[in-house]
Amino acid sequence: MHRVSAGRRNRRTDQRPTRRKENEADVDEDSPVIKLFRGYQHQLDRKHDKYERIVKLSRDITIESKRIIFLLHRMSGETTDMILKDAEDKLKELREEKWRQVAEELQTEDHHQYLRAYTAGLQEYIEAISFWQFLKEKTLISVAEVEEGLQFIRSSEIKEESTTTTTDDPTVAPPVESMVSTENDADKSNAPESQPVKTDLMHVLVPPTHYLLGIADLTGELMRMAIHSIGQGDFDLPFEHCKFLRIIYDAFVSFGNVDRELSRKVHVLRQSLQKVETACYTLQVRGSEIPKHMLAEAFSKSTADDLLSEEAPSGSNVGY
Amino acid sequence: MSLSSSTTDIFAAFQDHINKDQDVREEIRAAVRELEQKARALQTVLHAIHQTEGVVQLSAICETAEGKFEGIRQQMKELKEKVPADQYYRYNDHWRFMMQRLCFLAALVVYLKSERLIDQVEAAERLGVAVKREDGFHLDLDDFLMGLLQLASELSRLTVNAVTAGDYARPMRIAKFVGDLDAGFRLLNLKNDSLRKRFDVLKYDLKKIEEVVYDVTIRGLRPKVPEKEEGQ
Repeated sequence: MHRVSAGRRNRRTDQRPTRRKENEADVDEDSPVIKLFRGYQHQLDRKHDKYERIVKLSRDITIESKRIIFLLHRMSGETTDMILKDAEDKLKELREEKWRQVAEELQTEDHHQYLRAYTAGLQEYIEAISFWQFLKEKTLISVAEVEEGLQFIRSSEIKEESTTTTTDDPTVAPPVESMVSTENDADKSNAPESQPVKTDLMHVLVPPTHYLLGIADLTGELMRMAIHSIGQGDFDLPFEHCKFLRIIYDAFVSFGNVDRELSRKVHVLRQSLQKVETACYTLQVRGSEIPKHMLAEAFSKSTADDLLSEEAPSGSNVGY
Repeated sequence: MSLSSSTTDIFAAFQDHINKDQDVREEIRAAVRELEQKARALQTVLHAIHQTEGVVQLSAICETAEGKFEGIRQQMKELKEKVPADQYYRYNDHWRFMMQRLCFLAALVVYLKSERLIDQVEAAERLGVAVKREDGFHLDLDDFLMGLLQLASELSRLTVNAVTAGDYARPMRIAKFVGDLDAGFRLLNLKNDSLRKRFDVLKYDLKKIEEVVYDVTIRGLRPKVPEKEEGQ
């Protein structure tokens, strides 16, 4: 028995190199099996490469979206309009630079197949653009609006060659040359006129569930801003955000258990909401007894500590 | 206030979306269940090859198995109709395993009949699905390859049982076949995914087969016709 198994082991180690040599050198290129597998190899490589390229784009989008969110947090008083405009430009640039490439990769594909590659970027982008729109217009951006922004016209002739480069995909290369986006931002008002050629439209699929995941992250940002604004002496904003968070929270709860990730985010949303509600309560109660500037100071101290200690464990969930 | 009403609209639309999605999934699940049943029936037929008399009755077994594919294609049509166009990959978790199993069974029948490897086109035809995504409900390459890996495991079992049944030539042929399959798979640049994990099993299947060949050879049970590869 022992001898046999020892023999087996030796054979196995001897066997390896012979087989490998065999398939690299002679025989195999003619073997039908190898020919088949060469084909499969190409198919798989093509898919994996595309996936990786999209993941890369998604990562870039995530990074840039985070920057936009930080930028929006720096907004205050007189800088408001400037920062909103700046963020708008950055969002537009993000669409034209990165999202268009994603759309190019995805044309003629089943978007669901690559959804996992770009969902992280999509959620972060939705967080940024919904944050921007809420601050600007006090409305919630809809899925349709997000999707509209991610539609791009693939023009066969004319148009500028602004963002032709950076597509390192040989398989999609030829048609990629000249593309122009329908940059209708979140501004749906000019959407109809900016997409005349229906046939040459490419887009990025925005599944409602993933949109909601982005919106869930938005609530974290609103909470941050509400708390921060008290320290700045703005006592209206917390109430405003609080109201909005409640609407979102109520809706999310009503959906029930749709998605595991969503449930997790609803939990975080609840914590955010409670923080803002507590802040509003404190403002209400103490607002009557202390002068404003002192209240702001007292508040920023206590909530800052509060936030730090409470948020540490769940920090990653809240958005960034 | 307009904020709350527009927001409510947005969320109401989402509720609608969930409901529809769940309906579609329910229908798909039902269709897949049917297919799984048919696949099991087919598998039961094919399991007979491992019986002592199995190797002798191969052609009869294959005949019976062949007859089952028509029913599978029919049921596949049902499933196809349930899946919205261009949403294959949204729902494919529901049928992925069933598809892999069917690929395996198709590959097994083809192998038993003619001792050659089924290709993707042939497998898709047998199951009544398209080869390319552009053509609708299709056979995903990963699923097809998973099926081939299952075939290797089944053949390693068959090797053992063929010897028990007194068929000493078969292990050599299977060894060659699975060796080729292994060489093929090693051409693929696999990602660290489930296919890769399943592929890692292939070497054990192959090893098992080689062990049987070794046992048969060393005891002089090997048929006269010399076979170059496993000679040592």
